[in-house]
Amino acid sequence: MSNDIRIKKGLDIKLKGEAEKTVEQAVISNYCTIRPEDFHGVTPKLVAKEGTTVKAGSTLFYDKSHEAVKFSSPVSGKVIEVVRGPKRRIDAIKIEADKPQSYEDYGKFNLDSATAETVKTHLLASGCWPFIRQRPYDVIANPDKSPKAIFISGYASAPLAADLDFTLQGKESELQAAVNALGKLTEGKVHVSVGKNASSPMAGLSGVTLHKVFGPHPSGNVGTLINKIDPVNKGEVVWTVSPQDLVIIGELLLTGKFNAERILALVGSSVKNPRYFKTLIGSEVATIIYDKGVDKDGNDRIISGNVLSGKQVAPDGNLDYYSNVISVIPEGDDYEFFGWNKPVFNKVSTSRALTFSWLNPKKKYDLNTNTNGEHRAFVTTGTYEEVFPLDIYPMQILKACMYQDLDEMEALGMYEVAPEDFALTEFVCVSKQPHQKIIRQGLDLMLKEIG
Amino acid sequence: MSLKNKLHNFKVKNKDKKWLPAFSALHTFLFLPNETTHGGTHIKVADDLKRTMNTVIMAMIPCLIFGMFNAGYQHHLALGEIQAVTSGFFSPEFWTLSNFMVGFWKILPLVIVSYGVGLGIEFIFAIIKGHEVEEGYLVTGMLVPLIVPVDIPLWMLAVAVIFGVVIGKEVFGGTGMNILNPALTIRAFLFFAYPTWMSGDKVWIHGAVERDQLIASGQNLDAISGETILGGLAQGKEIAYSLWDMFLGFIPGSVGETSTLLIILGGLFLIFTKIGSWRIMLSSVIGAIVMGLIFNQVTASGWITESSKFYGLMSAPFWEHLVIGGFAFGTVFMATDPVTASQTNKGKWIYGFLIGFVSIMIRVFNPAYPEGVMLAILLMNVFAPTIDHYVVQGNVKKRMKRLKAKVA
Repeated sequence: MSNDIRIKKGLDIKLKGEAEKTVEQAVISNYCTIRPEDFHGVTPKLVAKEGTTVKAGSTLFYDKSHEAVKFSSPVSGKVIEVVRGPKRRIDAIKIEADKPQSYEDYGKFNLDSATAETVKTHLLASGCWPFIRQRPYDVIANPDKSPKAIFISGYASAPLAADLDFTLQGKESELQAAVNALGKLTEGKVHVSVGKNASSPMAGLSGVTLHKVFGPHPSGNVGTLINKIDPVNKGEVVWTVSPQDLVIIGELLLTGKFNAERILALVGSSVKNPRYFKTLIGSEVATIIYDKGVDKDGNDRIISGNVLSGKQVAPDGNLDYYSNVISVIPEGDDYEFFGWNKPVFNKVSTSRALTFSWLNPKKKYDLNTNTNGEHRAFVTTGTYEEVFPLDIYPMQILKACMYQDLDEMEALGMYEVAPEDFALTEFVCVSKQPHQKIIRQGLDLMLKEIG
Repeated sequence: MSLKNKLHNFKVKNKDKKWLPAFSALHTFLFLPNETTHGGTHIKVADDLKRTMNTVIMAMIPCLIFGMFNAGYQHHLALGEIQAVTSGFFSPEFWTLSNFMVGFWKILPLVIVSYGVGLGIEFIFAIIKGHEVEEGYLVTGMLVPLIVPVDIPLWMLAVAVIFGVVIGKEVFGGTGMNILNPALTIRAFLFFAYPTWMSGDKVWIHGAVERDQLIASGQNLDAISGETILGGLAQGKEIAYSLWDMFLGFIPGSVGETSTLLIILGGLFLIFTKIGSWRIMLSSVIGAIVMGLIFNQVTASGWITESSKFYGLMSAPFWEHLVIGGFAFGTVFMATDPVTASQTNKGKWIYGFLIGFVSIMIRVFNPAYPEGVMLAILLMNVFAPTIDHYVVQGNVKKRMKRLKAKVA
């Protein structure tokens, strides 16, 4: 049987501002900020109090409900501030970075003699565990459960995504070490997908099941991969890891160092010279975006992540824990005269209702953050299905989430999905419904009620 | 200060006022709002509900304009003032200013009443419930004048619109929540409340009812009348119109339903723009053809003879059903309403097929009121959620099976 995965339903949103393939060392960030909100569902218990000195790889906090899951500092330095919100919730941990960095030494890990238990303990202790995520619920993997398979998507199809074939270059040994270790944690297979042109460093990995994916976005989403290969059933768990995180895991196993290095793409139509940077998790975005990048006083939106699922960050904000791309696009907070009925040539649309993006499928667009209309009830049908390749009824599952019918959510396939799987349906939604938020709230409800 | 800024400042200043949705509804007609994305996707497609609805209205405009000409043409023709068309679609007898002006002054008030009353109710409900005015009525408001007889009294239309919008839509929660197509609810209300105005041989031609009243009051005039093709067939009469007339639309009937040609063009436009569902349109035509063929077979094998009251419509060739009456209009513009139709792609096939099938069945078996498509669509509106339920269950079952296979 062929391992190829072909999808037809989907949509490649072509945007201006793709990164040029050069890597630049980013200015070293003076401060590193970790926000527990990046780890959905985690209640942090602080270990490194204000004033503590930490090394790169030292534990900052752990998860209250799974105490073994520790979160490490990407830099060495001093914890200068713990920002708290209502009810003393930890909003951010700010670390002033040392100039020469020092690393916690977790020791070289001997994979040959390792068992599942020792691999797990090692990853948990070193703070690499949060890189492993699970479905159902799209949260950090529960270390007490064993996954039926592990999925890694080595192909990024999202708009303006960092090209993994480029960013992973030269990281073959780290990737191999990481998948070897992960392979011990599951009785099933480790599934890896690569793009159809397979010049990916991932293509040469051994001990994995390799899949080539064809088709438009979301062909590179790990959710699509899972749905097409081995969908999650009730009671089952699968794990997912993104390739850039595999590199960090691999380096830890090989050298004992927790090196939170990211090859990051700075993209978007507001960026003058979009290109790649080498930086660290939690770095200030200001260290990257202004040099040959965006205008200081420009009216732009800075997004940590891609334009479909990333988080908006302030200009003095920081890179989040998982992303490998920063997108900057113009804000769209302006009115447009008769914008709802005049012919549209400069925006993307899946319809042809006086929208003309179908005339020129290769054209790259400069989209802003305007919603192009107001929030409405669900009216049109069939538009979501055109961009949604999973074997799930998207509108029906969204409605089930909205009226919180747990049985129906379960029956319609809620265990299989993550919010990012609904990014495209949200993008094309004529009623401007917040699909990803609806799914996230639905998953949270299920996690709370069913667990 | 520009208009844009003035309106913006006005909106900001009054953002807590209860009546703001009414202002916003007008404001957003002038300007695409300045709203930006928050969380979720940071970019959005160009389409919104206004654009979608506007596309449907554009598809109906040719029918409306043709309807205006046709109202005048039928009127003048019945009075014997002009000759019947002879040279196809662009016949000079049809496209005259005098024809147009008769229809224009009859139909424009229908459009104004439909929109005025309907949107008025939408505004009131939006303000009471504190949400934005949704665009659903934009299409309904255009559909309504197209599916009523030209001489219908305006107060009747207003009452029906109030009923249709309040009972057909708002009680369910407004646009997107209704079970029945509001335009058809309005028409069904008219049909059951004022049947003399919705059927027979007087209402389809402007002036016919008035003329009858004059005759009744003792004036010496010739009565004028004009039946729809369906009415004629139902009574087993000879049809005076050529098939070509029927297809092009030079026949009596509701305002916008007569020109199959323009309806097909509108349908193709909706399919091309991906706003209307080609699945529903195609399957509905297939359903009508199947039912028509069955009836043709029945008459061909002699099970029903000419003495039967069903014979006239049953023996009409199956393809003729597609061009007469409101079938084409209903299929293209009403069956495809996404809110009340089936919402799954598989469901749309079943839903459309049954609409076509049932339409023709009602036509044949209900000679008193041979327009079956309205009732067929309303009936299938009610069944659409059931159809969807079984389609979605198919997906659920697949998931259950997968789980069982794992456990076993």
